Amino acid sequence: MTDWPILTVVTFLPLVGVLLLLLTRDDSPSGRRNVLSIALLTTVVTFAVSLFIWIGFDNANPGFQMVEKHAWLNTGISYAVGVDGISMLFVILTTFLMPFCVLASWFAVEKRIKEYMIAFLILEVLMLGVFVSLDIVLFYVFFEAGLIPMFIIIGVWGGKDRVYASYKFFLYTLLGSVLMLLAIMAMYWDAGTTSIPELLSHKFPAGMQTWLWLAFFASFAVKMPMWPVHTWLPDAHVQAPTAGSVILAGILLKLGGYGFIRFSLAMFPVASEHFAPFVFTLSVLAIIYTSLVALMQTDIKKLIAYSSIAHMGYVTMGIFAANVQGLQGAIYQMLSHGIVSGALFLCVGVVYDRMHTREISAYGGLVNNMPKYAVAFMIFTMANVGLPGTSGFVGEFLTLLGAFRANTFVALFAATGVILSAAYALWLYRRVIFGALDKDTLKSLLDLSAREKLILYPLAIATIFFGVYPAPVFNATAASVDLLLKNYTAAIEAAHSVAVTMN
Amino acid sequence: MTAETLIASLQLSLPELVLAVGALILLMIGVFSGDKSAGTVTGLSVLLLIAVGALVVFKGVDGTAYAGAYRSDAFVRFMKLLSLGGSIVALVLAIGHRRSEPDMRFEYPVLMVLATLGMMLMISANDIISLYLSLELQSLALYVVAAINRDSVKSTEAGLKYFVLGALSSGMLLYGMSLVYGFTGQTGFSEIAAALTAEHRSLGLVFGLVFVLAGIAFKISAVPFHMWTPDVYEGAPTPVTAFFSAAPKVAAMAILIHLVAVAFKPIVHDWQQIIVFISIASMALGAFAAIGQTNVKRLMAYSSIGHMGYALVGIAAGNQEGISGVLIYLLIYSVMSLGAFACILAMRVKDGGAVEGINDLAGLSKTNPAMALVLTLLMFSLAGIPPLAGFFAKYFVFMAAIKANLLTLAILGVLSSVVGAYYYLRIVKVMWFDDAKHEFVRPAGELKLVYGLSGLFVIGYLLIGGPLGAAAEAAARSFY
Repeated sequence: MTDWPILTVVTFLPLVGVLLLLLTRDDSPSGRRNVLSIALLTTVVTFAVSLFIWIGFDNANPGFQMVEKHAWLNTGISYAVGVDGISMLFVILTTFLMPFCVLASWFAVEKRIKEYMIAFLILEVLMLGVFVSLDIVLFYVFFEAGLIPMFIIIGVWGGKDRVYASYKFFLYTLLGSVLMLLAIMAMYWDAGTTSIPELLSHKFPAGMQTWLWLAFFASFAVKMPMWPVHTWLPDAHVQAPTAGSVILAGILLKLGGYGFIRFSLAMFPVASEHFAPFVFTLSVLAIIYTSLVALMQTDIKKLIAYSSIAHMGYVTMGIFAANVQGLQGAIYQMLSHGIVSGALFLCVGVVYDRMHTREISAYGGLVNNMPKYAVAFMIFTMANVGLPGTSGFVGEFLTLLGAFRANTFVALFAATGVILSAAYALWLYRRVIFGALDKDTLKSLLDLSAREKLILYPLAIATIFFGVYPAPVFNATAASVDLLLKNYTAAIEAAHSVAVTMN
Repeated sequence: MTAETLIASLQLSLPELVLAVGALILLMIGVFSGDKSAGTVTGLSVLLLIAVGALVVFKGVDGTAYAGAYRSDAFVRFMKLLSLGGSIVALVLAIGHRRSEPDMRFEYPVLMVLATLGMMLMISANDIISLYLSLELQSLALYVVAAINRDSVKSTEAGLKYFVLGALSSGMLLYGMSLVYGFTGQTGFSEIAAALTAEHRSLGLVFGLVFVLAGIAFKISAVPFHMWTPDVYEGAPTPVTAFFSAAPKVAAMAILIHLVAVAFKPIVHDWQQIIVFISIASMALGAFAAIGQTNVKRLMAYSSIGHMGYALVGIAAGNQEGISGVLIYLLIYSVMSLGAFACILAMRVKDGGAVEGINDLAGLSKTNPAMALVLTLLMFSLAGIPPLAGFFAKYFVFMAAIKANLLTLAILGVLSSVVGAYYYLRIVKVMWFDDAKHEFVRPAGELKLVYGLSGLFVIGYLLIGGPLGAAAEAAARSFY
């Protein structure tokens, strides 16, 4: 199984599509169809090949698997890739969502479809690269490089205020990341390596951990995004085209959470323990505050964007609870949110393509003429709320359980967020779907087309499947999470015993 | 000097000799056949520079010559190739430029060859006398090329400004050197170092150091001696500006490295704080002042000020990683800058000639996608976004700064790179997000070649960075 470089193949497979796209022309209807077919085929094949990663993955092995390593740039940086239980499913999530992004753009993107698809495929390469990197500089390269295609996607194919949103997105995330870059360099001089597995076993001095942790936090908190540095997200979400929002909510936000687990928690355990109350505070604030903000939105996409921030609050809370439930829950929550929020944005895309408005007040009573849409939207709304039986429940419940074990009050406040999320999500659903169908423009709307069914139904099935049967995910993540927490606890105990002997 | 040492010296400096004789021959060709020979002379100049480059590569040996006034080692050869490369590309750009504006005189390539000769000697200079002489040879040639378009008020103004300020800085440099000589009694770099100790350095010597560094800061257009840069960049004909942006900076950086890493090595704390200051000031000014620019050449001027600040970060670190970082930085910066100027030279509308406004690039991604793609890559690379080459340039110098514990410098540096990203993004935004105003004429083949290659370089650095990094590391080892 491991005799061919599967991770490299999966990561760079979309580039084949890019090359093919470069050779096509998109100025005729048939050319446009070619572009779309190539993009769809590329993403589907990438997904299919990426399934081999899951098939070949050894659940019992807590370390990195399918490792490839080559020297690079003559500087100690290496091209090293591999997956463990924490990163593997994010790779699958990324490849899984991409075909839907292509399908969602089938008619919605009218101009420059070729450049659009090229940007998306390059973005896919970069996101996959982030998850499979086993070298911290390589990780940073992929992490930052994703800004370029996303900047172009928001700026060229976005809504009215696209220029402002794209600048804000770019500069905000860049500002967070450059400090992380300096921290990476400091880590190199301390540990003498940029290899992630080696850094994981390196013990950084406690004083240094604090600074490194803060620098990484600056980057991941912006990416996540955590309150109060979340303000770029609603702008970016609202202005981005549908597929852009899906990628943003589904995968780019997960880079922050992934980074917290892989670097902050695993490499700087002492600092993580020290800053955990700080993260809890921000998480709880994010959950309550952004839920309240979401309640007051008049724009559907903005509402979902704020709800994403609230859900990411559960993730950060779960991660820094630093116990099995919290961490497993955080990973599960991220995977589930990737599917659910992506699906919600796709649902918005469905009506936006018909009406070209995202104002909640422009809708109402869609259940009458779009029953299939109403059902699909309901499943995702319920998953967003965290109703038992949907994938949203598992993650939310586990993170709350983890937080409860770490700090009761945090869990108490965070649990109010569950109620608030039910409030805004159900209210949104009521205003868009229920009520009388009295707006003339809405009366002529058709229900889901075959293409839209193809997008929404698989996602709905996945949402329910993973809500009822989460075992495949937990089986894959368990070993790696246990190992991480074992090292974490050992490091904390060592630090405490040092403190005790010094006293 | 005996006959043997003289012959050995001549052999060691063979590339410069060939270049000097070649420049004189080219001048003769030009004088005897008049202005119509400008094209021929330019082509021959390119061949001459390539031949000299080959000599540097294949006949390069380590050693000193002319009683220690001239030296050659891996570092010197690396820098010479870099400045030769910058000159060659600038000449190629001039050929491309001539296709649309055939007003370039034959003196232009000859002066560029002479300036290049000055640079080669600067890079090889091993004492302050040869340093000053070669610097003046380079500068005098540059003053003239800045004003080469003598019918244009802007160009003559640029030349005059450059000359007056340049003469002032040369004066400061000379004054500083005389102080250094006065307080150490030596002119050779290693002899100066031997005469210095960190504990017993006199105040007069520090004065000399400050003046020397000020004079060189002018040549690399570092803040606070940067004022000439935007005006000269804007006023000089664009091929000349392209030339200014790469090769002379490489040469001036080389002498700065020689001075601080050899001559003033014992008093590292004295020069380090000066370099740290001008580095921070350059990065910050380069980032903030460029925001309001509307002329793309002025913008590139501020960009070059900022980039020199980043390169200085590596020098400030004062370790082997720093020097090798600077070398990679200069290499990558030269390629990016020349590529960007190739794009600027290609900005010609059908009936209006050359345009220089940033807004003239509007909608380029529709009218000329290839050029827009390259310029986008170059802008992101200049901004230092991975995976493009500009990121690795910054990575190596900041890596060295962190090792030297210059945290303030590093943090201010990366923060100003975020500010700088704003104006690079603006160019990308204009090209991609805005609608086209007018279409550019098809760029000349030479321009396409230059910007195409530089676009390939910034993306291909991922693959070819290994050997380049190894070469820079070998060059930096000359000092440690």
